[in-house]
Amino acid sequence: MDDWINTLGQGLLLGGMYALFATGLSLSFGIMRLINVAHGDFIVLAAFAAIALVEPLAIGPFATLPLVVLLMAGFGYLLQRLFLNRTLGEDPLRPLLVTFGVSIVIQNALLEIFSADMRGLDAGPIETASIPLGGSVAVGVFPLLVAATAVGVIGALQWLFYRTALGRAFRATADDHRTAQLMGIDNRRVYALAMALATAVVAVAGVYLAIRSGIGPSDGPQRLLCAFEAVAIGGLGSLWGTLAGGMILGVAQAVGLWLDPGWGAVSGHLAFLLVVVLRPNGLFPKTRDK
Amino acid sequence: MLEVHALHAYYGDFRALHGVDFRVEAGETVAVIGANGAGKSTLLRSLTGLLPAPFSSVFFEGQPVGGLPPHVIVRLGIAMVPEGRCLFPSLSVEENLLIGAQCGRRGPWDLAAVYRLFPALEEKRATPSTLLSGGQQQMVAIGRALMSNPKLLLCDELSLGLAPLVVREIYAALPRIKGEGAAVVTVEQDTGQAMRIADRLYCMQEGRVALEGVPRTLTPERVSQAYFGI
Repeated sequence: MDDWINTLGQGLLLGGMYALFATGLSLSFGIMRLINVAHGDFIVLAAFAAIALVEPLAIGPFATLPLVVLLMAGFGYLLQRLFLNRTLGEDPLRPLLVTFGVSIVIQNALLEIFSADMRGLDAGPIETASIPLGGSVAVGVFPLLVAATAVGVIGALQWLFYRTALGRAFRATADDHRTAQLMGIDNRRVYALAMALATAVVAVAGVYLAIRSGIGPSDGPQRLLCAFEAVAIGGLGSLWGTLAGGMILGVAQAVGLWLDPGWGAVSGHLAFLLVVVLRPNGLFPKTRDK
Repeated sequence: MLEVHALHAYYGDFRALHGVDFRVEAGETVAVIGANGAGKSTLLRSLTGLLPAPFSSVFFEGQPVGGLPPHVIVRLGIAMVPEGRCLFPSLSVEENLLIGAQCGRRGPWDLAAVYRLFPALEEKRATPSTLLSGGQQQMVAIGRALMSNPKLLLCDELSLGLAPLVVREIYAALPRIKGEGAAVVTVEQDTGQAMRIADRLYCMQEGRVALEGVPRTLTPERVSQAYFGI
C-alpha cells in the first residue's frame, strides 16, 4: 500500500515538472496558434544559461532563476518580434519549419560552446531531502518545490489572463486577431509578450531540469515530446488542463517504472495515446475555434 | 473630416475598387449602398487599415492615414462595427466592451454610457457574448466600437441577419450616437433603411461610385439604376 502511495506521489510531483515544460507550449499555441518545435531546445538553452551563470557569478542554482527568467523572456520577445511574427499567416507550415530551424541552431550552438558532455547544477542537500509522512511514505522536498512552482505559475497566469487588461488582450487576440487590431490592439506586440511569458516559464523549467538531472545539448526534442504530450492530454488552450495533463503523464510513468524499470517512458506514451484515441481534443479543451 | 481620393484597392491581382472618391463631414451620417460585391466592405476595410490603402489616398482630419496599421488608425478616432459583429467568443459582454476601450481615447463613452444606450446589455454583462441574441450581439459590437470614443463610426451591414423589428431598435440608437458628436458611415444592403437615416448617400457598383447625393433629392429610378446598373 505504501508503495502505491509513494509511486502515486512521485508521479504527481513529476507531473509538476512536465506541466512546467508544457505551459510555454500551451501558451504559444493558445494565443498565436504557433506550434513551437524549438520549445524543448528552449528548455535546454535555459538550463545551460543557468549552468553558465553559476560559476562566474559564484551564486547557487536557485539564485540564477531571476536572471535566467529575464534573459529567456528577452530572448523570447525578440525572437517573436524579429522572426516568428513574420512567419504567422494562413500557412501553418511556415512557423513549424522556422522553429524547426531554430531548434537545430540552438542544439548546434550549445554543442559548439558546451561540448556534448552531460552537465548539471548542484543544489546541495535539498536535491535528496525528503519529508517523511509516516510509515514508509515520504515526499521529496525538491519535487514538491517543483510541483508547487508549477501550481503557482499556472495560478499566476490564470490570474493574468482573466483579471487584467493584458490578459483580456491576449484572449481577444487569440479569438480573432483581425478584429483585435480594429480595437487598437497591436497583435504583433501581443504575440511578442506572449512568447516572452512562455519563455519565462521555460526558464524556470530549464533551471529545475538542470538541478534534477544531467542535461546535454541534444536533449531538447525529448523534452518537447513530454511537453507536447502533457498539452495534448490536458486539452489545448486550458492551462489547468496542461497541469492535469502533466500529472497524468507523470503518474503513468511512475506506475510503469514501478512495475518494471524499463516501462517508465513507454507507459507515459501509452497514456498519451489512450487519451488521444478516446478524447482527441484532450480532457479539458478550452480553445474555441471558429 | 474624412476624404478619400481616387482610391484603388486590390485583393491580390483582383482590383476591387477603381478610383473611389468619398468624403464625410463632421457630424454627418453617410450611407453606402450597393449590391453584393460592389466594393462597400472593401471601402470600409481600406479606411480601417485592414486592407492597406495607398498613402495619399485617405486623409483623416487633413492627415494622410493610408497604409497605417488598424491599431494606429483606431487611435486616431476611426472605429469599426465589423460585418457579422465579430465579437470575441472567449470574452464576456463586458470584457468585449472593455476591449473597445483598449486604445485609450477619452470622451463621452464608457461602460455606464453604453449601458444607458443599450440597457439590455447591463444585465447580461457577465454572459459569454456568444450566448446573446443576434440583436444584442450587434448592440455589443456597436458599444465596443463606441468605447474607443471615435470621431467617425463605421458600421458594416448592421441589419445583416436581424429581424426588421430588431433593426429598427438598433437604428433608434443612432441619433444618440450622433448626439455625442460622432460622424457615422453605415454600409447597408437595405436601401430603404439607408435612405431614411442618411444625410448623404453613396451608391456603389462594381468598385465605383455610381451615384452620390442627398436622399430626398434622389428619385427611386436613379437609385435603382445606380444600384443595378440597368
